[in-house]
Amino acid sequence: MTILETGTIAAGSLLTVAGLTVEEVAAILAATDRLERMAAAERAKILAGRRIALLFYESSTRTRTSFELAAKSLGAMTTLVSDKSSSIEKGESLKDTGLTLRALGAECIVLRHANSGAPYLLAKTTGLPVLNAGDGMHEHPSQALLDLRTMLARLPGMSGRLVNAKTLEGVTVVITGDILHSRVARSNAMLLPRLGARVVLCGPPGLLPDDALGLGLDSKGGIEIERDFDKALKQAGSGGKAVVMMLRIQRERLAGLELDLEEYISRYQLDEERLMARAPEALVMHPGPMIRGLEIAGEVADGPNSAIEDQVRHGLGVRMALLVRALGAGGFESVTV
Amino acid sequence: MSDVLILNGRLVDPASGVDGERDLLLRHGRVAAVEMPGVLRAVKGKEIGKEIIDAKGMIVAPGLVDVHVHLREPGQTYKESIKTGTAAAAAGGFTSVVAMPNTLPVNDSVEKLEWMLDASRGACVKLFAMPAATFGSLGEEITDYHELQRVGAVGFTDDGKPVLHDRVMRAALVAAAGIGVPVSQHAEDTRLTGGCSMNAGPVAFRLGLRGMTVEAESKIVERDIRLLRDIEQHDGLRPHLHVQHVSTAKAMEAIRQARRAGLHVTCEVAPHHFTLTDEAIGEYDTNAKMNPPLRNDADRMAMIAGLMDGTVDCIATDHAPHALFEKEQEFERAPNGITGLETALGLALRVLHKGNGMPISRVIELMSAQPAGIVSLEGRGTLKVDSFADVVIFDPAAEWSFAAAKSLSKSRNTPFDGAPMLGRVMATICEGVIVYRG
Repeated sequence: MTILETGTIAAGSLLTVAGLTVEEVAAILAATDRLERMAAAERAKILAGRRIALLFYESSTRTRTSFELAAKSLGAMTTLVSDKSSSIEKGESLKDTGLTLRALGAECIVLRHANSGAPYLLAKTTGLPVLNAGDGMHEHPSQALLDLRTMLARLPGMSGRLVNAKTLEGVTVVITGDILHSRVARSNAMLLPRLGARVVLCGPPGLLPDDALGLGLDSKGGIEIERDFDKALKQAGSGGKAVVMMLRIQRERLAGLELDLEEYISRYQLDEERLMARAPEALVMHPGPMIRGLEIAGEVADGPNSAIEDQVRHGLGVRMALLVRALGAGGFESVTV
Repeated sequence: MSDVLILNGRLVDPASGVDGERDLLLRHGRVAAVEMPGVLRAVKGKEIGKEIIDAKGMIVAPGLVDVHVHLREPGQTYKESIKTGTAAAAAGGFTSVVAMPNTLPVNDSVEKLEWMLDASRGACVKLFAMPAATFGSLGEEITDYHELQRVGAVGFTDDGKPVLHDRVMRAALVAAAGIGVPVSQHAEDTRLTGGCSMNAGPVAFRLGLRGMTVEAESKIVERDIRLLRDIEQHDGLRPHLHVQHVSTAKAMEAIRQARRAGLHVTCEVAPHHFTLTDEAIGEYDTNAKMNPPLRNDADRMAMIAGLMDGTVDCIATDHAPHALFEKEQEFERAPNGITGLETALGLALRVLHKGNGMPISRVIELMSAQPAGIVSLEGRGTLKVDSFADVVIFDPAAEWSFAAAKSLSKSRNTPFDGAPMLGRVMATICEGVIVYRG
């Protein structure tokens, strides 16, 4: 029996943004709005008594807390399993850990894992809905959805717009930094062009290979590469609504890559002078964790253009919607992967 | 051992230039007679053949030879054993297989080689072996080639790993040249592939997996070719380099140029590398994870071009069984390799013959006479009179789907489960014994 025969991916799973239709994205964001407006007591009944396992093989603060608080605010019971204090440490396989959680009554698993693709394995072998909370260098779909929601909330003229294939027309999103290792960049680069955004990827070749163009929608892409950050910012700033998404340099994944940090900072750091000179209206985003003084200057992170805290806040609502969808509650019964 | 009389078939024996209706008599484990239709039918009446096979509509060809299989014994019989692996070989039409040395322990001594080749292991087809090129396949010190050849080694390899150090590879080529056998190289510069689990390119980028570049393969091939040239010039020897499982256009071109320059370089291509691309990984399907990895379509087409123009000497499966629990892991953690013995002929006929117009006789040559020649298997890879009675009988027109669940291998790790095949093996005969009936 092959892996593919052992099980299919349960409806309500979210493993990649590529598996979402624009209509599903709209439904998730509409549910986010509904859930956020709901009274806390009413919200706490939606998943009352349901069991959600948070399986975290990598350390995480905001994503784990965000999913946990989202689950609890919906009334669900949660259990956190991490690789440091469980049978995983003793060498138990991901499949067997998943089957154990299923046997204990878990109805949904939120998985953070250092290996790309791990959520597919877990979903196929357990048959449970699995939410990808970040897998290796692959994807972070809930982050892309919360980033989208932040853009819709903060960009001028976006509030209340219906989400469809043209929602982000006229918006340029410059994603800058360690794109090679960034699951956030992949998910955003695959999601945002489908809503009409122009996505410009920026970084040195070592951190941004030309292969990234393959994330585009078709041969024309929807994705561009611009090595010069100043040019990318200027284009974005003069072309309409602009978003600058900065990424952390993932030093832990840089094996074999030689990077001159001083040069990197001079060419790619988003500081106040650079921002004000080239894209003064741009919305500044960062998925965190930030390294102030490296990819982003502290005054920009804390400045008026920054939407970084908004991103974290929106994460809670989006993850509530994803959990409701995963467990087939609240009008999400029919949606699929 | 009973006589076998094979009647009414189309005999295709590239080594002797035969492609036409012939009847075949096998006696005492050898080919006793190859005759035009009717001649042996007369003796049929005298009941010389206790076993008579009617091969009407079938191709009767030399038993296939695979110079690159992993049988996992000793040490990993939960994946495969010599008995089950050779049963799978027989089902695929193979009558001779060459076992790689990356067993547990590594096959690097006379004792281990003798143990592996002992009849009590239960091989149902002819088993040959390439012991390790270096002790423990550690790439430091070459093994005792003379002694190992004395007990049956047909070549040397550290397959699974390259012989990375120039000095050690040079010594291996010189020692092997001295006794007239090849050094088979797993061409991978492992200094460039740490942490990589698939081919480098847009698919790897999208999946967030680290990719092996084509240069990691071609650099080792180019280095080995430089060593061959150097040895020919300075040592007065003519070493034989066999490049295993070529997967990139760049390495293929290097081999093509080396052959034009007159160096003794042979190479093999695996069916998966001329059939699939890295897109087959899909949603992290570990059944499409192997080393070298599936490449892009330009590389796949370069493998076909190499097979068509004669640069490639043989098709070899790199049959690499793994247990389900091992493959049922995160993609980056799962072991490399797929099974291949039962799908090789079906894929070769589908892709090379039907898809690219290669004559069937050429497909057979690439899977019998030529691999037999690489490892100097006297009397095999042909159906000339007096050669070993190693025969495959297959229906060249049969279209079927491979079912991994029915495999005779212990393992099921194949990306070809349910894949369409062309040409079905109806019988495999090894040294006159029918070892498989379809």
